[in-house]
Amino acid sequence: MITFILSLVFAVIWVAVTGSATPHNLIFGFALSTLSLWIVRGEMNARGYWRRLGRILSLLILFFRELALSAWKVAVLVTSPRMDLKPGIFAFPLTVDRDFEITLLANLITLTPGTLSVDVSEDRRMLFVHAIDCSDIEATRRDIAQGFERKIMEAFR
Amino acid sequence: MMDILVAVLTACLILAGAGFALVAAIGLNRLPDIYTRMHAASKAGTVGSGLLLLAVGLHAGDLSIFARAIAGFFFFVLTAPISAHLLAMAAHKVGYRLSSHSTRDELKDYES
Repeated sequence: MITFILSLVFAVIWVAVTGSATPHNLIFGFALSTLSLWIVRGEMNARGYWRRLGRILSLLILFFRELALSAWKVAVLVTSPRMDLKPGIFAFPLTVDRDFEITLLANLITLTPGTLSVDVSEDRRMLFVHAIDCSDIEATRRDIAQGFERKIMEAFR
Repeated sequence: MMDILVAVLTACLILAGAGFALVAAIGLNRLPDIYTRMHAASKAGTVGSGLLLLAVGLHAGDLSIFARAIAGFFFFVLTAPISAHLLAMAAHKVGYRLSSHSTRDELKDYES
């Protein structure tokens, strides 16, 4: 049942993206999404799939909130008459170790307030992050570890 | 009524997007070194163009165009941090210094 509803939703998205709302296209989209769902059926039936989907969604929401906040902070910073900058690069010890998790974390860090990932050490234990305000490094490290890193662990482990 | 609502919303989105793009440009001018400049370009720039894309999709009033605008925004979000990260890394590799305001550089300590 859930597969059928999902196929229908995907078919509607397919019609929206391809931009032609004819019955043929809707049926084609439905066939295509049923096929795709059939390909990933093992993954879908695995236990915890829906809970994981919820966590990925919550990661996404957190991300958009942080993005809006960070753009706002940059705006306030550059329009204030006297910019109070204490920039610097600090090392962040990584807990996640898989490549795509590090990539995701680095991307999320870049789009959050005041931080920009610069490099990863060769042994993949350290992420070097440039921060626009280095007055309290420990707090920044803690924020990343307990915010994004924990969410990534929850979503993909 | 609905038309006016959409028009007002579109206008607000365009103004906000243009405002963030302006802030990104001011940031590029005012901030002292490439690393701090990347902050302005990657964040305010992404949000600015994202809001503009959203306004375009909304104004078109067509689901297919809206879906493509959203897709465009997602690709922006996916690529902007990567280019910012690559620029910062390349700058650091060739030895571009952090500005004199900087308090620390642990990457340099690590490499030496």
